[in-house]
Amino acid sequence: MLKPILLEKLVKKILFVGTAITVFILFFIIFYILKNGLAVIDMEFLLSSPKDLGRAGGIFPCIVGTIVLSLIAILIATPLGVGAAIYLTEYTRKGRLISIIRFFTECLSGIPSIIFGLFGFVLFVVYLGFGWSILSGGLTTAFMLLPTIIRTSEEAIKAVPDYYREVSLSLGGTKWQTIVKVVLPSALPGIATGIILGIARSIEETAVVIFTAGSVLHLPTSLFDSCRTMSVHFYILAREGISMENAYGTAAVLIITILLINMFAYWLMHRLIAKYS
Amino acid sequence: MKSRENLIQFGLLITALSTIVIHLLIALFIFQEGLPIILRVGINEFVCGTHWSPQQGQFGIFPMIVGTAWITAGAILVSLPLSLSCAIYLSEFSTPKVRGTIKPIIELLAGIPSVVYGFMGMVILFPMIRNHLGGAGPSILSASIILGIMILPTITSIAIDSLQAVPYSYREGSLSLGATRWQTIRMAILPAAKSGILSGIILGIGRAVGETMAVIMISGNSVIIPNSLFDPARTLTANIALEMNYAVGDHRQALFATGIVLFITIMILNIIANVLSRRGVEK
Amino acid sequence: MEDKIVVKNLNLYFDTLAVLRSINLNIKANEILSIIGPANSGKTSFLRTLNRLNDLIPTARITGEVLLDGLDIYKKDLSLPWLRRKVGMVFALPVPLPRSIFENIVYGPRLNGVTNKLRLEELTEKTLKAAFLWDEVKDRLHTSGTKLSGGQQQRLCIARTLALEPEVILLDEPCSGLDPLSTSKIEEALYELKKQYTIVLVTNNTKQAARVGDNVAFFLMGDLIEYGSTEQIFTVPSDKRTEDYITGRFG
Repeated sequence: MLKPILLEKLVKKILFVGTAITVFILFFIIFYILKNGLAVIDMEFLLSSPKDLGRAGGIFPCIVGTIVLSLIAILIATPLGVGAAIYLTEYTRKGRLISIIRFFTECLSGIPSIIFGLFGFVLFVVYLGFGWSILSGGLTTAFMLLPTIIRTSEEAIKAVPDYYREVSLSLGGTKWQTIVKVVLPSALPGIATGIILGIARSIEETAVVIFTAGSVLHLPTSLFDSCRTMSVHFYILAREGISMENAYGTAAVLIITILLINMFAYWLMHRLIAKYS
Repeated sequence: MKSRENLIQFGLLITALSTIVIHLLIALFIFQEGLPIILRVGINEFVCGTHWSPQQGQFGIFPMIVGTAWITAGAILVSLPLSLSCAIYLSEFSTPKVRGTIKPIIELLAGIPSVVYGFMGMVILFPMIRNHLGGAGPSILSASIILGIMILPTITSIAIDSLQAVPYSYREGSLSLGATRWQTIRMAILPAAKSGILSGIILGIGRAVGETMAVIMISGNSVIIPNSLFDPARTLTANIALEMNYAVGDHRQALFATGIVLFITIMILNIIANVLSRRGVEK
Repeated sequence: MEDKIVVKNLNLYFDTLAVLRSINLNIKANEILSIIGPANSGKTSFLRTLNRLNDLIPTARITGEVLLDGLDIYKKDLSLPWLRRKVGMVFALPVPLPRSIFENIVYGPRLNGVTNKLRLEELTEKTLKAAFLWDEVKDRLHTSGTKLSGGQQQRLCIARTLALEPEVILLDEPCSGLDPLSTSKIEEALYELKKQYTIVLVTNNTKQAARVGDNVAFFLMGDLIEYGSTEQIFTVPSDKRTEDYITGRFG
């Protein structure tokens, strides 16, 4: 039987090692991808079209496809998500309907992307006849992002102190004027954080996109064109062994983008925290 | 003025209902596409049938169910020691500053695209397994390790939040009775945070069951009932993703039916997690 | 003098808890009514029934009548923004909205549809002067309202309320967080303001009530114990509990 004090020291060491391993894994992945991929990235890689299925050339159409698809997803998910968050926080905080909405929002966030992919495929690609297109992909991704945006916006709106609302109402503001002029501006950094994390998720997503936007390797010219996002391009390059070099390059671009987006989101979050504490 | 406010409230209510509508639409479409074949083949035959050869009209997804179960179980085994270590260490043994730095870093793991995880499995794990343990590489083992890492942030982050939600008075109370910190954690804090941590683990299981792209890249995808950790296996998600491109008719319906099984599994997991986390809050 | 506000048999509950019981009180036009009483007596809750701010609390329930110029403010379909413009409020904690001094003042008028820049600027000058703040901030109207000192912030909040051009001003312990100098500036402003407005002042400071109030209402545990002129209450209170409170024996 170990003495409690010694046991505690031992446990602490073990837990520390576990934590260290986790952090190490993250840094290892980032380091490994960047080490192999950075050398591939130059202006030409970023700004030219792929040749020979991606064996040579760059990833420009994929960058464009990724950006446009994310934009559509965010443009649809943001009004829906922020609207829902406003309703859930400002209009009714309790009640049966609210708990049902909350439950479905939670569930929606747990649904695997492949299911969203199947759904988007049937609804948008086949049933509504949008075909494999940026529009189908963007709409389906928007649905997938919705829970994230609702949750972060809710948190941000709840963090706005009640006395701001009282002041605005006591100055003759209506509820909606109060929300638009006082609550939303104060909650903006938090809401923006959610939107930015949503952008990151839409960039990472592969399963949904491959089912709804397809994987055509051309520069898209309309919303009804199929496109290949960076994640999908990387998946195809790596899985079919087309070009390891370009796979690393694409992965590096992806990782750097995600890192920058996440860092920006945390910076915004901290501004929000600093503002209210 | 008043009617305008009412109109706005109504509009907001519509947006709030959107998640319910989307959820129901998903269920509707998946069931509409997949249910006919389940009814035709028979639920028992579909879920417990061991032969999957769509060209011969054989639709049994039992091997995929077993594959999913093996890989998910493996992922949890890989993930739990690490994620619980992280959670307990960061919540109980570190300063708020360290916690504030490391937690976002771990959450960043969730931001890495799943295809990158799959790729890391291919280029790092496969050679390691080939050289040291034998076999080709694509296997339950490699899929478990990669998925285990992928669900680390989910479990860690929820577990930290649950531990932090335990009132500070529990710690003071226990420490002032002469307990060490570890005794305090074991006797007072972990029991109080149990529901929350469990709900995090369930959500982690949900993520592992639902993961698709990484799994396709590293699990081998053969439709066999695996016997060992080194056997390749195919998951439910991989089954859908691999064959959807060329499937038509009954075959396509059978893939949607696979989606139904997946959907129901995830819903059950979600409901359990939801109940658990609510119980945690009530405490 | 005529009655501006008539409160008849007012009860207020939060859930099942009675916060105010059978309050009957007439508030005369162009007077300062001070409401005194120990903490948790329902003073602030009473104040918030006068502009229906308690409506924000989901469990709040009210019976009885509150008449403003003879109009029942709890009648259905009454426009709350209209009511709150007529009955302005200043809170215990000065809470400037996170925007400039000018923007704080014109927030209410703008919501009411006033867009004329010149009119808004006039209003800003007029109200800041009335709140004895103009000289201190006239050169920095476009800096953030949150950068002012506590006393200045509270006077900004008073000016902001004045800009609504209300008829009644409710003040909820407006000097509770302020130093004596700032307090006296606000009291000075109140004294000027009552010429135009009806003022209801909740205060924890009996001396302040004695200094500025025309009439005094003493609340205790949700009941209105005594109402009378300031002079009468502070010299010959008729209720023992009032006497105990103002002589500092409890509270």
